[in-house]
Amino acid sequence: MFSALKTIWYVFLHAFQKRITVQYPDEKPYLAPRYRGRIILSRDPDGGERCVACYLCAVACPVSCIALQATEDEHGRRYPEYFRINFSRCIFCGYCEEACPTYAIQLTPDFEMGEFHRHNLVYEKEDLLINGPGKYPGYNFWRIAGVQIGGKDKGQAAHEAAPVDLHSLLP
Amino acid sequence: MTSPYPMASVLGILLVALTTAAGLIWLERRLLALWQDRYGPNRVGPFGLLQVVADGIKIFMKEDWIPPFADKPVFILAPAIIMVTVLMSFAVLPIAPGIIISDLNIGLLFILAMSSLAVYGVVLAGWSSNNKYALLGGLRAAAQMISYEVFMGLSLMGVVLLAGSFSLPAIVEAQQKIWFIVPQFLGFVLFLIAGLAEMRRTPFDLPEAESELVAGYHAEYSGMKFGMFFVGEYLGVILISAMMTVLFFGGWLGPVLPPIVWFLLKTFFFISFFILVRAALPRPRFDQLMSWGWKVMLPLALANLVVTGAVVLAWR
Repeated sequence: MFSALKTIWYVFLHAFQKRITVQYPDEKPYLAPRYRGRIILSRDPDGGERCVACYLCAVACPVSCIALQATEDEHGRRYPEYFRINFSRCIFCGYCEEACPTYAIQLTPDFEMGEFHRHNLVYEKEDLLINGPGKYPGYNFWRIAGVQIGGKDKGQAAHEAAPVDLHSLLP
Repeated sequence: MTSPYPMASVLGILLVALTTAAGLIWLERRLLALWQDRYGPNRVGPFGLLQVVADGIKIFMKEDWIPPFADKPVFILAPAIIMVTVLMSFAVLPIAPGIIISDLNIGLLFILAMSSLAVYGVVLAGWSSNNKYALLGGLRAAAQMISYEVFMGLSLMGVVLLAGSFSLPAIVEAQQKIWFIVPQFLGFVLFLIAGLAEMRRTPFDLPEAESELVAGYHAEYSGMKFGMFFVGEYLGVILISAMMTVLFFGGWLGPVLPPIVWFLLKTFFFISFFILVRAALPRPRFDQLMSWGWKVMLPLALANLVVTGAVVLAWR
């Protein structure tokens, strides 16, 4: 009986405590920078697309919600012809971000993606591409990679030595 | 001391009681939220007050479905019984001097009789639903209400002895010098517990016990029939709170403020207290409930009656 009264008193004291509820639409919660929300495709500091259409994200995706088609431009740079993410399937696991070798695909702290029609949840490349480098400001894959493309020969990438002249190795 | 405008009193009390009962849904949700560090409904209208209207519209629009296996006439009658019996009790409730529908000289007995009849609503609802959970709920309700009514009546006899009358206005008038909570403290505690059990609210909501019986006797009800059970329950809360005010806390008596304000203040205090109890206490096991009622509360109520009787005899 006494413990019941004590319980009632303690519950009453909760009237003066801080509310736990976050009044969501009026009051936004804090989301960590590494929060896994809406997926974007970033650009390198020069403004070119980072994605090299390697398909690793599509392979890593456990729900197969990423579809893309690789192609090459006149410089020999690979890029996706189309890049489609079906967000009605996406589980925001972040595996695509982990698989991406060029930091192109990134997850952002935004989750307000509600739509009235399911087909509006299919995002095309224009919807996914942003105008900045995202979480990795200085990174440019093509400047580091030793791949030869138009305007950049072998050995011209940063931190890369010029290729060895095979003829000089002859005995 | 009947009211000079009987029809006005009837309509006024009916209107106020029903509106308050509907409003209590909002009040209860807000208060429960308050004691659980939440906000509760605060979106619809100022402070979420229009939540009641939204809920009302919703419940009227809902499909009113009668299960094919149910006993149809009884199924329809059961929620009405609850509403009617509880509303009948309001007829003898003195709200302020002159604001009472009918000053019966056995007003207290009338309320006890009506609250006993309310059991029929619950039992018949459980029976006619033709569903084992509903029937179990009805059975529990019958057992619980019969055993708690016994000492509910007995705990009030102390008040009747002190006031020398069964009429509720006379009981209020008898508290001019001292509220009956002081000489009848044990009676008050007993009545509080019995009242909780009589209202079938947590911690004594074993007849509905969501976690064991789905929703007990109103498991099969939908739409406004379910709404009637709910309004009936909230009317019961108001009734028990008002009775505690009248019997133990001097009804409309109080300084400065007009009598009706005092009555409403005290009643709302007890309504809030009942909601607080709901927020705080868990539900006991059914056998604990029964043995508590018969082995502890009933002897205490009898002892209270005997001692009060002896003191009153010695005094005179």
